[in-house]
Amino acid sequence: MKYPTLAAGCLIVALAGPASAEVPVLTVYTYDSFVSKWGPGPAIEAGFEAVCGCDLRLVGHGDGAALLARLRLEGVRSPADVVLGLDTNLTAAAAATGLFAPHGVEAAYDLPIAWDDPLFVPYDWGYFAFVHDRARLPAPPASFPELAASDLTVIVQDPRSSTPGLGLLMWVKAAYGDGAADIWRALAPRILTVTPGWSEAYGLFLAGEADMVLSYTTSPAYHLIAEGDDGKAAAMFEEGHYMQVEVAGILAHSPRGDLAADFLRYLTGPEAQAALPTTNWMYPAVTPEGGLPAGFETLAVPAKALLFTPEQAAALRDAALAEWLAALSR
Amino acid sequence: MDAACPRPAARPPAPALAAAAVVAALTLGPLAAVAVVAGGAGAPGPADWAALRFTILQAALSAGLSVALAVPLARALARRRFPGRRALITLLGAPFLLPTVVAALGILAVFGRRGLVNEGLAALGLPAVQIYGLQGVVVAHVFLNLPLATRLLLLGWLAIPAERFRLAAALGFRPADIARHLERPVLRAVLPGAAATVFLICLSSFTVALILGGGPRATTLELAIYQAFRFDFDLPRAAALALAQLGLCAAALAAAARVALPAAFGPGLDRVAGWQAADSPGARAGDAAVIALGAAFLLAPLGAVVAAGLPRLAGLPPEVWRAAARSLVVALAAAGLTVTLALALAVGAARGAGHLALAGALPLAVSPLVLGTGLFLLVFPLADPSGWALPATALVNALMALPFAVRALEPAARAAEADFGRLADSLGMTGRARLRLLTLPRLARPLAFAAGLSAALSAGDLGVVTLFAGTGGATLPLEVFRLMGAYRMTDAAAAALLLLALSLALFWALDRGGRGRAAA
Repeated sequence: MKYPTLAAGCLIVALAGPASAEVPVLTVYTYDSFVSKWGPGPAIEAGFEAVCGCDLRLVGHGDGAALLARLRLEGVRSPADVVLGLDTNLTAAAAATGLFAPHGVEAAYDLPIAWDDPLFVPYDWGYFAFVHDRARLPAPPASFPELAASDLTVIVQDPRSSTPGLGLLMWVKAAYGDGAADIWRALAPRILTVTPGWSEAYGLFLAGEADMVLSYTTSPAYHLIAEGDDGKAAAMFEEGHYMQVEVAGILAHSPRGDLAADFLRYLTGPEAQAALPTTNWMYPAVTPEGGLPAGFETLAVPAKALLFTPEQAAALRDAALAEWLAALSR
Repeated sequence: MDAACPRPAARPPAPALAAAAVVAALTLGPLAAVAVVAGGAGAPGPADWAALRFTILQAALSAGLSVALAVPLARALARRRFPGRRALITLLGAPFLLPTVVAALGILAVFGRRGLVNEGLAALGLPAVQIYGLQGVVVAHVFLNLPLATRLLLLGWLAIPAERFRLAAALGFRPADIARHLERPVLRAVLPGAAATVFLICLSSFTVALILGGGPRATTLELAIYQAFRFDFDLPRAAALALAQLGLCAAALAAAARVALPAAFGPGLDRVAGWQAADSPGARAGDAAVIALGAAFLLAPLGAVVAAGLPRLAGLPPEVWRAAARSLVVALAAAGLTVTLALALAVGAARGAGHLALAGALPLAVSPLVLGTGLFLLVFPLADPSGWALPATALVNALMALPFAVRALEPAARAAEADFGRLADSLGMTGRARLRLLTLPRLARPLAFAAGLSAALSAGDLGVVTLFAGTGGATLPLEVFRLMGAYRMTDAAAAALLLLALSLALFWALDRGGRGRAAA
């Protein structure tokens, strides 16, 4: 059986393609759905490469939290120049690694909050919301207590393995503070199941398993724009909606800091910002001149935006998780 | 183990030693790398103990039920011949090859709130059944693992020489006698290993357990490890949990090895077994019912996967087809590696180095997440891991399939050695000649099964490729996941169907080669 081993070995060597180029290579670590054909990656790679005279290498790593874990494992030896795809629930831990350098990028952000983080540049954002089907649920609940008092079923994500799951944890905490544990206890019977990630939850919802799913206020835009289906909507909660702000930062040890800063300027520039809404299905951080894509004007806009600072989010996280686990494990 | 025919204690054959060393290095090495980077193992918290208890409970229930149901199913399949039997046996293996997310969606299409079962119950005015909870975890694990348990038992059953059945018929054995003298020894030899294998698979369950378990009550050890890595970045705790998992697996394997006894039937002429004694109308009807029920349970969720995927199959973008081609290459590379290692280990075990075969089970004992992370830690100082995504996937998938391959090969290797080893020794047949004239022909069927299983499993695996990630070289399971992440659930369903077809085709093509040589 020597030959199969040899053949397997040759295959393995052949599979590991070489990557060599004369032009400078800018390596960007991001989450996997960013680099996929259906994400913003292809458009942004082509757009930046057309102006930078460089090779933009987007490397996908799971989701935002997996990205940060990978960066911590690699430390200063990381081949990444830029990390793209953390959110404000992760940036305190990311900043504490000391791996990030000030970006020096300025832009006129259209965020519901002021932005002055020296280490991280926001590129898109959204509100968490419970998405439902208008036909099946014409009058959705308008608050967490109303949802708890209903006989509806919802699917949420696990905060330990999913950034939207962690976002919901922060949402309830931001809205109810010390009363969050009571809200979770009241919500527990309404939670059909908890999934490891967003994809499983949304897939189950579309398969009709539950009445509502934790997603974003921008999710209905996908169905409207890509599928011509106006049947999905996000329920507006009177407590306000927690935000997810997605950010990118430059690694301090990168020898290509200037190129990295150029990339962040491109990322917050009109071309990339125009590509994000219909690929990442989030609001752009800087509204492009042409405005939002047609269809986005139909989306419900929460009356109140909730967001902890990165430091608050980091400080509250473990206690909020303990409340969630206690309420849902009963 | 070879008490029945003692022979001079042989030195373990060199290939077996080498294979065991390779496997140990590739599994324990990454674990050690994580522990070293972590600076030791940390103390698990109370939530970790709860996760440990739930993990053992669900794995024990899943393993027990899987093998309990596999016994009548394998028995019925072994003693009945009907049109489409081969196709059915191949199809029944499909759930084991599915990515877990796809399998979970298939199960929910049948047992979920809007599933076939509940729609049927509602039409009859009956209350709905609730799948979410421990019951859901066990149902899903039985769905995923019953096929494997059935195939392992079936391999054992088919190893009973036809001469024994003819002798039994000549002696006027009734079904009860056959059960006692022929079937029970087979079960005693194969059942503990099959149960331990399913138990070990369920120990590292995570996605299925969480989704069908209905929430954090169903936190498994693997999820706790995932949390330690990703959420808390607490490497010492991750290392401690991985060690706990390793200990648990070692205990399960040791227990199975104590219970298992080799069946000693002596050599036969490899003819298909006759079952005259079980030919009463009652036995026929019973077997037909068992096969029908087993097929309905395993094929209904698969039908849902097919129905969901068919509409968009033809319209899948070229990326998905390219990913399928990549998965095919990964699968074949992994299968070649698995079969080589498994053959060396199984033959070594048959020649008296039984402990070496335990190395074959090691990959199941190490958390896939720890394995991937540890390999990353080992590769990272030497090369950019993102360029090694596909080779690493092939390597880890080969390791992950190894326990099943060794499990499938070992009984046949032992039988070949016990029945023909002395003859081969007396003829001075060693090395390549022995491999070509004795080992390969006697092991053709399980070898082909192992190759098919390894290839199919590798094609369907998602776990490791995400850890090594990459710059576009996605495999088919990753592409399914990307489509889901981009809201494109119907395209994802179509890609999942393509994956199912690819896995089944690989399994069928390789497995068939073996069955052609030793008619089943």
